[in-house]
Formats: sequence, C-alpha cells, structure tokens
Amino acid sequence: MLIARVIGELVATEKHPSHEGRKLLLVQPLNLDGSDRGQAVVALDAVDAGVGDKVLLATDGFSAMTAVGRPHSPIDMAVIGFIDHVDLLPGVS
Amino acid sequence: MYLGRVVGRVWSTVKDENLRGQRFLIVQPVTPGLESAGRRLICTDSTGAGTGELVYWVRGREASFPFHPAEPPTDTTIVGIVDSVHLGKNLLAGGPG
Repeated sequence: MLIARVIGELVATEKHPSHEGRKLLLVQPLNLDGSDRGQAVVALDAVDAGVGDKVLLATDGFSAMTAVGRPHSPIDMAVIGFIDHVDLLPGVS
Repeated sequence: MYLGRVVGRVWSTVKDENLRGQRFLIVQPVTPGLESAGRRLICTDSTGAGTGELVYWVRGREASFPFHPAEPPTDTTIVGIVDSVHLGKNLLAGGPG
C-alpha cells in the first residue's frame, strides 16, 4: 500500500460494469516527506474519499477488488482508507 | 489503473488462439493535465474505444478479467472511456484531441 493524495475525479460513462457506482479518483502517490512518488494513477473509491484527502492506496488487484466488493473484476487500485497521522523514527524520511 | 490516450492500433493476424477477436490499441500514458508522460504501450480493449479517445486501463492479471470466462493472455486492458477529468475545482475536457 502507498500513501497518496486525491487530486481529482474522472467521469466515465462507458466503463466496465464492475466500476459502476464507485467514484473514480485520480490519486498522486506520495513519499513520506509529502513529495510526489511517480505518476498519478486512477483508483476506485472504497471509503468515500474526495479531492484533497490524504489516503491509503492499495496497488494490488486482490486487495483492491476485495475492498470495493467486486471480486474477479478488472480493478488493480483502490482507495481503502484515510491517513490521520504518520509517526516516524527520528531521522527516517 | 492508469490514464492514457489511444493514439493508434496494431493489427496481428497470427497470434495466440485465446487472443482471437481482440483489438490491440496503442496507448500513450498521460498526466492528470493530459500531457504525454512515459512510453506508449499496447492494450487490449473491453470498451470499444477508438483512436483519439481518453481512456483508463488496468494492468496485470486483472487485465484478462473483462473477458471472463475467456482468459486471453493480456497484461494491459482498457476498461473505461473518460468523458472528463476534474482536478480540484478545475474541469479538464476529455474526448478526442
């Protein structure tokens, strides 16, 4: 899983039926210091997250499709939680 | 999943039996601002997307799930056509372009 920030939403009328009824979020994975970690990705929403939220991103098919309750679906990423706070050992970043 | 734009199509006559009937589209990954980012790749398609359209695709084993119970040997499949992208309060138009 990765820490990420929700930066936008997609609207898609024509899509796989397993994606119906869930928000399609554009999320930017983050490093622990808050900087961008690679390119933004598209994830299904399992927790009603919105733009600006700092979230937990599952980047594996099984965990993503289980979180949104759509097993055996073409889903490889899902927003599965909100980040309240991150604690780190001193010197780790 | 990943955001991209369909920029072309690949034709293949002789291929794995389980790929029969599949369309192969060339996809250019794009940023949330719709600028090209990274190298193009070939995707199978489950949506009927055409050249110029903004799409999102899925990577890995899940790429064959739209074709269930068939199991084509694909690792990237387009699973949605994007109508529009909303970034914060801004709206970026999708569609051909």
